[in-house]
Amino acid sequence: MSLDFAMWEQMAGSTLRVSTPLLFAVLGGLLCERAGVVNIALEGLMLVGAFAAVAAALATGSPWTGAAAGAAAGLVFAAIYALMVVRLRANQIVAGTAINMLAAGVTPFLCKILYDSSGASPNLPLDSRFAIAPVWFAWILVVACWSWLHYTPSGLWVRFAGENPEALDTAGVSVNRVRWLAVIASGAIAGLGGASLSIFLSSSFTRNMTAGRGFMALAALIFGKWKPIPAAAACLLFGFADAAQIRLQGVTLWGEQSVPVQFIQILPYLLTVLVLAGVVGKSRSPKSLGLPFHRG
Amino acid sequence: MKVAAKGGWLPLLQPILAVAAGLAAGLAVAGLAGESPWHVLKILARSAFGSPYDLGMSLFYATPLIFTGLAVALPLKAGLFNIGAEGQLTLGALAAAAVGALFPAVPWPWAPLLAGLAAFAAGAFWGFIPGWLRVRRGSHEVINTIMLNFIAAGLASWVTLYLLKNPASQNPETRDLGAGYAIAKLHVFGDAPVSSALFLALLAAAAVWVFLWKTVAGFEVRAVGENDVAARKAGIRDGRARILVMVLAGGLAGLVGIGEVLGNAGRFRLGFSPDFGFIGIAVALLARGRPEGVVAAGLLFGALHKGSADLDLETENVTRDLSLILQALVILSVSADGLWDWLKKRRTAP
Repeated sequence: MSLDFAMWEQMAGSTLRVSTPLLFAVLGGLLCERAGVVNIALEGLMLVGAFAAVAAALATGSPWTGAAAGAAAGLVFAAIYALMVVRLRANQIVAGTAINMLAAGVTPFLCKILYDSSGASPNLPLDSRFAIAPVWFAWILVVACWSWLHYTPSGLWVRFAGENPEALDTAGVSVNRVRWLAVIASGAIAGLGGASLSIFLSSSFTRNMTAGRGFMALAALIFGKWKPIPAAAACLLFGFADAAQIRLQGVTLWGEQSVPVQFIQILPYLLTVLVLAGVVGKSRSPKSLGLPFHRG
Repeated sequence: MKVAAKGGWLPLLQPILAVAAGLAAGLAVAGLAGESPWHVLKILARSAFGSPYDLGMSLFYATPLIFTGLAVALPLKAGLFNIGAEGQLTLGALAAAAVGALFPAVPWPWAPLLAGLAAFAAGAFWGFIPGWLRVRRGSHEVINTIMLNFIAAGLASWVTLYLLKNPASQNPETRDLGAGYAIAKLHVFGDAPVSSALFLALLAAAAVWVFLWKTVAGFEVRAVGENDVAARKAGIRDGRARILVMVLAGGLAGLVGIGEVLGNAGRFRLGFSPDFGFIGIAVALLARGRPEGVVAAGLLFGALHKGSADLDLETENVTRDLSLILQALVILSVSADGLWDWLKKRRTAP
């Protein structure tokens, strides 16, 4: 096979498409973690978003209500998470794991009740799906998130809640309220990511359809050093790897040897381990990430 | 995450209440789905304990959960969170199967020993990496173990499909082990594939207990977990203790491979684990990090896993996914420190 222009164009298109759910999820994760709350629940938040979006789009025939439902479902699950970690001071890793399990259990459970199959929902007709809108929306959100974090007072509060919550508290802003709102908003955005997976990239909900994309978004967040623009670039890189491995499946390069796609699949995770270890650049987390805030 | 009072009613009551609360909420969910909660509970109990075969299957699922529960509980004692048991057990099982496929002629007593050592070593290596990275490079073990899970899955897939592919099978699995590798099955449980790996799991729990409470290294681990600054001042090498627990934890998770590869499948099957590594987190939390608690919680979750398997067949609307929901609810209720503090205050205040 020749690596001609048409193929590159096709690759660029599919990179933009497959990185869209990652972009939403990474922005959700960024918001949450910059406010000082670890979010390993992204996977679960995306999954409930994906399911709710399909359910609503099937019911109403409109992808927009689907997206809204996806955001709402992510928001509800994030509210449970926020209740656990902000109010009840549960360990953030533990509660995040539980949210992921809950989402993995609840979605096929509801799928069975609604559509009599725990494996997959019925297919969406073409006009209840998005053609291209989520891609635009995701990139607008990237720019919006970046400018909001850097140029607005509330963006500053979020950054302080993660870096130096004591200072924020001294300035008279409730750290835990900022964190609550950040976590809930993060759930809504991650839910949109799930929605873009189910009603944009595919045409139905299938069991565990996020397949680790929430964790890949977490990897992109770290690889992008917890900053919106670099994190978005990381999503593109990982999206490209994803598109490339689909493209390269069964392609033979050197003689008769086909390319083991596994090596492309593990690349994002390997890069993240290396960047965290300081082998490739250095990634530093927000200072108070993971620490509950106690006044006093 | 600390229990305020050692001894007393709380350490035991809290997990029991958490399980009760999780079970009640889960059955309420089943009720909302239009099934009688009582009916669901009866199916769960019958499917988990109803016959020697069912009991055997419950024990078969409990075995890996005891290993992964220990693999999470032990690092917790040093203040580390091992989310990587899934990757560690994957590589452990793969290593056991690889040894068995590459050296099929090894005779019986040595073969399982060799495969077991390989499983432990592979898991231990996969635990060493995040331990070393945490201590020497300061990168967080939670992120690294999550990433290493995916890397392990990719490696296992590559080895299984490219290097050790079973030519006689359509499924993604490795070549068969040599005949000397099979370990004893416990025939009292009928056809259930429960093997002597169960005793190994119990032995491992006992060994972890001895390590933590009867050895110097174990004392150092606990000291680091309680207060690493004080431990360092007292001359304890905290970095070494952290790496040690991650190595041991990885090895323990790797031993899951013995029950699965030597005791059950006779080869490595890609994706054999229904997230044993993650359920291990629930097991360790419910056990509040204590080895004897891990055994109890492992048996409970093993029974739950088996019990829910029949829900698909025997109810209209409730699927086996209920067990995931139950596990999540148990984790949530056991980890809500603020809630327990509040309950305790109400008890002591008046």
